[in-house]
Amino acid sequence: MTKSGVKREGIMGTLSGWLYLAPALAFLIFFMVYPLIDVFIYSFEEGYNSASQTYFGIGGYNYSYVLRDPYFLQAVKNTFILVIFTVPVSTILSLLISLALNSIEKFKKLFQTIYFLPYVTNTLAVGLVFMILFQKTPYTDGLINLLIKAMGMSPVDFIEGPYWAKMFVLCVYVIWIVMPFKILILTSALASVNPVYYKAAKIDGASKTRIFFKITLPMISPMIFYLVITGFIGAFKAYSDAVAIFGVDLNAAGMNTMVGYVYDMLYCDGGGYPSYASAAAIILFAIVLTITVINLIVSKKTAPKG
Amino acid sequence: MEVRLEHLTKIFPSRDKKGSEVVAVNDFNFTIPEGKLIGLLGPSGCGKSTVLYMICGLEKPTSGKIYFGEDDVTDVPSEKRGAGLVFQNYALYPHLTVRQNITFPLENLKGEEKLTKEQRNAKALEAAKLVQIEGLMDRKPGEMSGGQQQRVAIARALVKMPKVLLMDEPLSNLDARLRLQTREEIRRIQKATGITTIFVTHDQEEAMSISDMIVVMKDGVFQQMDAPQKVYDDPVNLFVAKFLGTPAINVFEAEVKDKKLHIGEDMVMDKVNVKDGPVWCGIRPEGFILDEQGALHCSLTGVDVMGRDTSIVSTNPKMTGLNIRSIISAEDLKLTSKDSVRFNIKRSKTLLFDKESEARIYYD
Repeated sequence: MTKSGVKREGIMGTLSGWLYLAPALAFLIFFMVYPLIDVFIYSFEEGYNSASQTYFGIGGYNYSYVLRDPYFLQAVKNTFILVIFTVPVSTILSLLISLALNSIEKFKKLFQTIYFLPYVTNTLAVGLVFMILFQKTPYTDGLINLLIKAMGMSPVDFIEGPYWAKMFVLCVYVIWIVMPFKILILTSALASVNPVYYKAAKIDGASKTRIFFKITLPMISPMIFYLVITGFIGAFKAYSDAVAIFGVDLNAAGMNTMVGYVYDMLYCDGGGYPSYASAAAIILFAIVLTITVINLIVSKKTAPKG
Repeated sequence: MEVRLEHLTKIFPSRDKKGSEVVAVNDFNFTIPEGKLIGLLGPSGCGKSTVLYMICGLEKPTSGKIYFGEDDVTDVPSEKRGAGLVFQNYALYPHLTVRQNITFPLENLKGEEKLTKEQRNAKALEAAKLVQIEGLMDRKPGEMSGGQQQRVAIARALVKMPKVLLMDEPLSNLDARLRLQTREEIRRIQKATGITTIFVTHDQEEAMSISDMIVVMKDGVFQQMDAPQKVYDDPVNLFVAKFLGTPAINVFEAEVKDKKLHIGEDMVMDKVNVKDGPVWCGIRPEGFILDEQGALHCSLTGVDVMGRDTSIVSTNPKMTGLNIRSIISAEDLKLTSKDSVRFNIKRSKTLLFDKESEARIYYD
């Protein structure tokens, strides 16, 4: 083939490549890139009105308002508590369950199915069940409160009671919802470790704990990092979870999340406040971006090479 | 350390309810003398690796005993047995450096045997020097060639100074040239350390070239154990005779009549002191003498010149296999006809086997 032939094929190849990408790109640009830029612009336009498409001026007022709004600060606090508790707890619990699943032989498939069921269950339905489990009304106590009473302690209203109780339910709910996927990923990661390494470690006289920390954990660490990163992002985006348990008026319940705050700002009082919502969304974006970059740096430093 | 196997048997249960159980190793009895290099030889799937795994304790024998010296180690857990194992694919921990891989077994030592970090590193360096990889200590396994990984695996197995070193197909993942080099290397390391070493292979040339003794097995059954040349010259049955030697032994359907050995119409050897009847007659490729008046008539197919050897490829109606390969030195090669060839056969290279049991029949 001649040189120009190669060149022409290169150009044609690039063109046809873009052509194949075009439909997906068009969607991405219209529904992702454009709105993203728009949100960024809105966040600096003071008092933007979506009906009249007007605003008063440009500046950082939206940010300073949002950052001083007690509802927003409550939402940030709730979101961070949620992230800090649910991500490590759900990952460690999933790892333990995956290890157990990998070590049993009888009923392995059955247990795998059982642990995967929450993944295919409607989150609102799960939320309803949690509400019934944890509730305490003048007429009836939920199952959890019955257990607490049986142990001789006083019942707690987890749904409309003290803050820590509500946070506890939310965390348990989120952990319960995210675990099936993590278990699925980790069981396959564990199964993909070549058993010859375990044989070698046994010959080398390594104890079970040492095998786990020195062989198993490093070998599945890429998958764990993947789960932690996606777990962080997922937890920062939590919203429907809170709605499922505490209903739509999350600010009143004090259980709003950052995404919930953005949503409320967009739709409250008829037209809402898109400028404030945009500013809050950009703040959330900045936080998620920072945490993900830190995660990636940490995982690059510790992940095994080769 | 002398290794003694007594009635060693391993039966694997069937995978499903319908299948039958698999007898991987059937009543093994042999003693491996101290400080020798032993090649455990057999076709793929004959249970060689299972024998090795039982010696090092990764598999529990169904019945039988294993002794290291005078000690019965059958129920001793693998880490306390003092056996080092080199895996076929090396099983180096990919996330650890060469140094970490070699020190890994040392870090597991407890109690009085516990070593400081300096001691561990010193021992690792010693083992690395033995296999000549001391310059690669900070590499990861993925950054090394197959031959280098193999050496690291040997160093890791040697670092605890095992009583017995076991190698599972140590050369099968290497290319042809590296294989030759590495097998000499294994020989050298074994000589240097004096550790009783057992290696598993399906390659008879590999086993014959470096072992002090070879053990031949087939379908989980022990066949023969002896010095390589002895096994080659004096196999106990047709299987062993066929398994050793390249080109392989030529096997003919033959018959003994009146103490004379006949292949078809040709009387190829007399004074054969066995009872009359059909036999298998095996003739090693080097057992043919080209002779215009020779007793064995064959049809000539071709002449293969391979380096210093010349082999004549011919056929005979009574042969088994595809053709007859006979190795003739170049100066004797005088072919008078294009399509037929006649041989005399050497008595010492001609082996007779029972037609039914395939056991060796000794004559003279």
